[in-house]
Amino acid sequence: MQLLTPEGERIQHPDHPLDVSAEELRGLYRDLVLVRRWDVEATALQRQGELGIWASLLGQEAAQIGAGRAMADTDTAFPTYREHGVAWTRGVDPLHVISLFRGVDNGGWDPVATGFNLYTVVIGAQTLHATGYAMGLQRDGAESAALAFLGDGATSQGEVNEAMIWAASFSAPVVFFCQNNQYAISVPLERQSRVPLYQRAAGFGFPGVRVDGNDVLAVLAVTRSALAAAREGQGPTFIEAFTYRMGAHTTSDDPTRYRLASELEEWKLRDPIARVKAYLSRTGVADAAFFDAVEAEGDELAARIRSGTVGMPDPPGTAMFDRVYAEQTPHLAAQQAEFEAYQASFEGAGH
Amino acid sequence: MTETLTIGKALNLGLRRAMEDDAKVVLMGEDIGRLGGVFRITDGLQKDFGEDRVVDTPLAEAGILGTAVGLAMRGYRPVCEIQFDGFVFPAYNQIVTQVAKIHARSRGRLPMPIVIRIPFGGGIGAVEHHSESPEAYFAHTPGLKVVAVSNPVDAYWGIQQAIAHPDPVVFLEPKRRYWEKAEVDTDATPGPLFASRVLRGGDDVTLLAYGPMVKTALQAAEAAAEEGRSIEVVDLRTLSPLDLEPVFDSVRRTGRCVVVHEAAVTLGLGAEIAARVTETCFHSLEAPVLRVGGYDTPYPPSKLEEEYLPDLDRVLDAVDRSMGF
Repeated sequence: MQLLTPEGERIQHPDHPLDVSAEELRGLYRDLVLVRRWDVEATALQRQGELGIWASLLGQEAAQIGAGRAMADTDTAFPTYREHGVAWTRGVDPLHVISLFRGVDNGGWDPVATGFNLYTVVIGAQTLHATGYAMGLQRDGAESAALAFLGDGATSQGEVNEAMIWAASFSAPVVFFCQNNQYAISVPLERQSRVPLYQRAAGFGFPGVRVDGNDVLAVLAVTRSALAAAREGQGPTFIEAFTYRMGAHTTSDDPTRYRLASELEEWKLRDPIARVKAYLSRTGVADAAFFDAVEAEGDELAARIRSGTVGMPDPPGTAMFDRVYAEQTPHLAAQQAEFEAYQASFEGAGH
Repeated sequence: MTETLTIGKALNLGLRRAMEDDAKVVLMGEDIGRLGGVFRITDGLQKDFGEDRVVDTPLAEAGILGTAVGLAMRGYRPVCEIQFDGFVFPAYNQIVTQVAKIHARSRGRLPMPIVIRIPFGGGIGAVEHHSESPEAYFAHTPGLKVVAVSNPVDAYWGIQQAIAHPDPVVFLEPKRRYWEKAEVDTDATPGPLFASRVLRGGDDVTLLAYGPMVKTALQAAEAAAEEGRSIEVVDLRTLSPLDLEPVFDSVRRTGRCVVVHEAAVTLGLGAEIAARVTETCFHSLEAPVLRVGGYDTPYPPSKLEEEYLPDLDRVLDAVDRSMGF
């Protein structure tokens, strides 16, 4: 499924008509550029020792912005740990995501207010949460859906398969959005699956669709209709956004050890931002002044991320005792008191 | 009203009352609907509350717990039945990495009022994976609370209190005692859930047990009394958090402490209790804290479980050893 070619040609698809206004198109372009800028800045901050680790979204901007912008305000996203672009569309402050990778907290955003759940590091665990949440939506008669994000590697997990069985059995209003970025850290898709991933949905009894994950318009159209179907009681859909992770899995690995440079070059030609820019320029939907303004906004965002990160205070030591339980136990309260007394013993001693 | 109930029936009535009190309570598990559960604990509940409140799930434990997390995020109070103790491990990932941590990770924005009911322990002549004592795995995990009931009164009230509690509770049911009977006053005001209880006073040795071993401990105290020994028996009831203040008080008087559980002794709950009793009551102790438990073997075939499980004689032998110091 494609609506915008790598050369920036708009094409129509009979099953996925998409009406986007000029303003929406410019908005999508702005989103793509800004999340890439955020990602580049965070990668640099990690290299400079300001972040413990960073999971780059480079190359996957269209998949994330398209999916995120397809959501209604009342829908809820269940991300992995790479969905910075989706976080952006939900109004999550980039510094709230960065604080997680800096080791200050577990993510500073409000999952309820933003409809963007916590990041989940254990692979695939969130797909079950999304499905259970969708079952709750169904029971409440809410006209909303859950959008579960996962990677190609996660499809090997038992829990992801259980989530799809549950979703099908209870016809839960959940959409599984798989960003197939071709690698589970270093292990290629061939080691995960003998069939294209979207075809697996048929075995669970619901539709599976593959979309060009570097085409923001196609992702938007496909996700929008899958979410609408879910809200209307038609049950789950599996979307495979076919894309490529241009960077490392995280800043801790070295992709040159497991992939060929030629492969990277090939995918560079399908860059998700270049094609939108080509289309906007060719059709006159945006002019040089617009592109310059977005660039300038990117510079401001990067500067804000940099200063915000460097200036981010460490949490107080007692934060680790907070909210372990809704009802604190006497034992943990005693440990906290012990910790505080120990810390206090250093005060005034130059520590 | 006072009724004579088995532990199994007390749980059934407790679940029923919790479901009546709160429409957000949803039971989930394998075979819990039409069948009423393999132990019939949920007997009749689906008939009265419907398939949406008593959900027969697909056969996948991680799925039961993982979807319970999502339902809890949506404001429901899922009560998950794990059919047998040995089958909890496929769900272990969800319990330990998700259920236990989401409240803290979300700084309290996502409460996890989930109850995980597990029939646990041996003594019913079952095949492998049906007779295990996994309590230490859960008690070792911050973010979870763990209780083990030993009698119909605690079963009736405890299940309701666990369901109403805001934190995730692993609720251990002693399957070989499901048919033990006692009078239950269903109008009483229950005591706190997370508290141990002295069941029998004594001056010579403090004997601690929980779940299925409580009955054995009481029998041992009875037998010891015939030999002129006075044993104080404490039902721990809550395994996380542990409520050891009554135990410390007791040990300060008796000077001796024996902990009994079915789980393998090494790194079991008895080890933690022995350490804490020693730290707190060191100067009162006349003997080291002793442990009686299962051997450090996989749970054996049922023809050997009588030898594996602590019985009256092994408990009395430990009491003798304690007195011998």
